[in-house]
Amino acid sequence: MANENLNLTLKVWRQNGPNNPGRMETYQVKDISPDSSFLEMMDVLNNNLIETGKDPVAFDHDCREGICGSCSMFINGEAHGPDRGVTTCQLHMRKFKSGDTIHIEPWRAKAFPVIKDLVVDRSSFDRIIQAGGFISVNTSGNTVDANAIPINKEDADKAFDAATCIGCGACVASCKNASAMLFVSAKVSQLALLPQGRVEAEDRVLNMVHQMDEEGFGNCTNTGACEVECPKGISLENIARMNREYASALVKKG
Amino acid sequence: MALSALFLLFFLLQHLTINMMSVFSADLFNETSHFMGTNFLVQFLLQPLLIFAVVFHFVMGFILELKNRSSRDVNYAVFKGAANSSWTSRNMIISGLVILAFIGLHFYDFWLPELDHKYISVLPEDPSRYFGELQHKFADLWRVILYCIAFVLLGLHLDHGFQSAFQSVGFNNKYTPSIKMLGTAYSILIPLGFIFIALFHYFTQSH
Repeated sequence: MANENLNLTLKVWRQNGPNNPGRMETYQVKDISPDSSFLEMMDVLNNNLIETGKDPVAFDHDCREGICGSCSMFINGEAHGPDRGVTTCQLHMRKFKSGDTIHIEPWRAKAFPVIKDLVVDRSSFDRIIQAGGFISVNTSGNTVDANAIPINKEDADKAFDAATCIGCGACVASCKNASAMLFVSAKVSQLALLPQGRVEAEDRVLNMVHQMDEEGFGNCTNTGACEVECPKGISLENIARMNREYASALVKKG
Repeated sequence: MALSALFLLFFLLQHLTINMMSVFSADLFNETSHFMGTNFLVQFLLQPLLIFAVVFHFVMGFILELKNRSSRDVNYAVFKGAANSSWTSRNMIISGLVILAFIGLHFYDFWLPELDHKYISVLPEDPSRYFGELQHKFADLWRVILYCIAFVLLGLHLDHGFQSAFQSVGFNNKYTPSIKMLGTAYSILIPLGFIFIALFHYFTQSH
């Protein structure tokens, strides 16, 4: 029966703090509606834990509609679970069967240390953005309207596609090397493709890649796992573009 | 990695072309091998470049693997790599290590005797010796089997490596599907060619 409520075994990573050793703990949840989202199922689990006087599972969430990039669970061996093009909050419980065992882990990467349970520190992404993911514009009142600069349709579309990256970190979590190349390349591309972003393009790519390496992310070996698991479908084309931008900037700037 | 890979892709094609000559004509193979073994440009420019590319490729491969392994200090309890990537792309270090072991055997079989002939024993030039040396090596069944296993792993390495090299140098555009198809064909045909040559010489000589 497709509409039958689900009884599930959950194996969840529990860790009290960054310096505490973690372990997988097993919980049972019963009578979960297949129409509920994965995070709603986690809410049910946490209610059960609170009612029995236990510490609820800490996990990141905010908008619960696939926009903010907060939710970050590694579910049954895949970032954001078995569905494609969705974040954890958009994952429906109908993707699972009653009696299933679901493994839930935090993003694993040296650059994403665990804060508590399933919550990881993704401020390494913020530092990469701070290193160059912006354009320097005077906003004191004489700002030129962005729409006054003509941009060809193909570049505008590609820049927009790159800009849909929500910075959730699924690319890092899915990559066997914990590489952040898809994220960084999306942020480089969304600006490099537009005239407003060309002015600082060389410094940007050099600084952002440098910061990415500083943070301890791995290197890209083109397995393509990031592109498959990305909830926004960010393309590997962006990584190739960043490689071109980087090589060109390295030659020009040294 | 990608630049040395592109050079090695070109080298493999050239190596197979010359080896394939041994199937059709012993004289042509001897003549070409003698040219490659004595030509100044090949010996003192292309050969050092090849050695550099091979050493650079595997040293960088090891460094890359170690660095990438260290970027995840706690492993997942469950990791479904097969759900989003190919086995060949995730295991380049395994296929690479087998190829490296094969290169060791290949050097022992052909390169060391060549160095001995030229620079240690300093034997007189013999433009007709190459075909006999090739046949002699492929008389041994175990060597033929080892070579064939290594060529299969070479095929798996190339299956990911070919298109990956293009992606790494920034080549990803409307021609990428064609590059991937070409890479698949290359990764099947080149190892198959080498396997054919090894089996051909094993079965066409008396044991």
